[in-house]
Amino acid sequence: MPALIELERAYLRLRRDTGFRRQLATWLRGYAGRPTPLYFARRLSDRLGGARIHLKREDLLHTGAHKINNTIGQALLARRLGKTRLIAETGAGQHGVATATVAALFGMRCEVFMGAEDVRRQSLNVFRMKLLGATVHVVESGSRTLKDAMNEALRDWIATVTDTFYVVGSVAGPHPYPLMVRDFQAVIGDEARRQMLATCRRLPDACIACVGGGSNAMGLFHAFRRDRGVELIGVEAAGRGLDTGAHAASLAAGQVGVLHGNKTYLLQDETGQIRNAHSISAGLDYPGVGPEHAWLRDSGRARYVTVTDDEAVDALRLLTSTEGVIPALESAHAVAHAIRLAPGMPRQRLLLVNLSGRGDKDMGTVAEYLGVSLT
Amino acid sequence: MSRIAPAFAALRARGEAALVPYFTAGDPDLDTTRELVLAAFAEGADAVEIGVPFSDPMADGPVLQRSAARALAAGTTLPRVLELVAELRRDVEHPIVLFGYYNPFFRYGVERIAADAAAAGADGFLCVDLPPEEAAPLRTAAAGVGLDVIALLAPTTPPGRVRTIARGASGFLYFVSVLGTTGARAELPPGLPDLVARARRTTDLPIGVGFGVSRPEQAAWIAGFADAVIVGSALARLIEEGGRQDGPARTSALLGTLRRAMRDAAARRTG
Repeated sequence: MPALIELERAYLRLRRDTGFRRQLATWLRGYAGRPTPLYFARRLSDRLGGARIHLKREDLLHTGAHKINNTIGQALLARRLGKTRLIAETGAGQHGVATATVAALFGMRCEVFMGAEDVRRQSLNVFRMKLLGATVHVVESGSRTLKDAMNEALRDWIATVTDTFYVVGSVAGPHPYPLMVRDFQAVIGDEARRQMLATCRRLPDACIACVGGGSNAMGLFHAFRRDRGVELIGVEAAGRGLDTGAHAASLAAGQVGVLHGNKTYLLQDETGQIRNAHSISAGLDYPGVGPEHAWLRDSGRARYVTVTDDEAVDALRLLTSTEGVIPALESAHAVAHAIRLAPGMPRQRLLLVNLSGRGDKDMGTVAEYLGVSLT
Repeated sequence: MSRIAPAFAALRARGEAALVPYFTAGDPDLDTTRELVLAAFAEGADAVEIGVPFSDPMADGPVLQRSAARALAAGTTLPRVLELVAELRRDVEHPIVLFGYYNPFFRYGVERIAADAAAAGADGFLCVDLPPEEAAPLRTAAAGVGLDVIALLAPTTPPGRVRTIARGASGFLYFVSVLGTTGARAELPPGLPDLVARARRTTDLPIGVGFGVSRPEQAAWIAGFADAVIVGSALARLIEEGGRQDGPARTSALLGTLRRAMRDAAARRTG
């Protein structure tokens, strides 16, 4: 707790500090590649024959996903706090890579915790992290995925708080992380909102983003929270189907509980034991969801739907073949819902989809899913 | 009413520190846990912490992680842990603390767990992942039925915060000896007596020390400056190795050794 209190104080001071904000903006522009384009997916929209789909291209960022927005912010904060070692949990490996990247950039030590199952699914990202100089700890406990990696990172942090900064990758975990990660990701929605107004002369009818912990979705939604005409839609992973129990849809099928220092909807049994999540995309494979999403849902401001593994892979293939853009499996969930909605809407309607990451890392998983051998 | 304060008062009057073992309920099964607890009291344990197993024990090291996993695999649930407490209560008058993570208690219902734990004969709760800022509902419910909520202090807890925590706590304060998860350590931090002494300046509650304790000389040392010596992982390791068959004999032997070391040290100090 003292570490969290120290972090909260430091962060609340820095978020108003113009020097810090300017420094962050400089790194985001010169290093991460911001602003990212807003791209009108004309061929996909034509194929579906309904609403026009716009993609916020976070997949074009350095390291291949939105995660870098947050890790640059947290690493700058860590440096201000005098910490010399970064630790992180990772699911798909994107947050681990983004953390290892900023550690290399700022000359800090880095250790990443990753579930054994995810290490298997995302071996390319494991190699990237090692090449970047990080130590990757393979977590064999529990379901050997993201939640167990987070347990292990917390265990490390309890013992190392004096010199270590825990870079949490999602809008989850103890306060102030959900707030801080949202703030660092809010640049996505701030840019996208301006870009929509500049190119379409109006706001979108709906913003669509995938939700595991929910950082890219919070980043997109935040700027639109007061735009009552803009529907906010989060897409959870239904895995093999909600009725199979093999899914990661905490809002659709979870109950309120407390895990990793936050109170939110969790996949759990009737006695409060956390259930294993499942999704084809490692980054959505988490049995909880950021508490602000729970609030957005319960307050009615956002709604949450689900997309199965099958639908996500179909969406990945359709976007790839119509636009030449291979999305990450996580982002493919958001694309899948847009594909579902667009045909039923008139042409003048606008859908804004957050393409949170690119699919390079998922080629092994997709090949395996489609029964294609890569060796 | 909780048996914790009277038990500590009696020990203090005798100039002794309490020996408090921790057992994960249901590791390897609930019948064995009952046997382990009764054997521990026979060896001179003064109170017991009964662990409610949780799927994601993030404050625990590998030994207690495996212990919780075995207990869950054996089908242990909170209602069955309460039955165990009720059974123990028929045989013993020692304080029993329910030790666990918040979610199983929360899911069961805070009011309901307080009432049912009191009815079963428990004396208090210790929730490792419930910070004092969020503990008011459990504290209120527990106080309503005369149970304690034991708070944790860490070596990094600043003095001002120790005061805040102590104000909301009852029973005793659990001082975490090391920065880190549970699990036996070869060496405990040499500055521990000073840290405990510093905490004592802000509170009259008894202070127990846990995390990392496994050896007689460590127990004897802690008994010299704290009110309780808490031992968990070292026992779980013996249960893991000895199983149903040999677990109780081995844990009793360790507790007997710790108890004797604490008494000998106390005798040396007063003599």
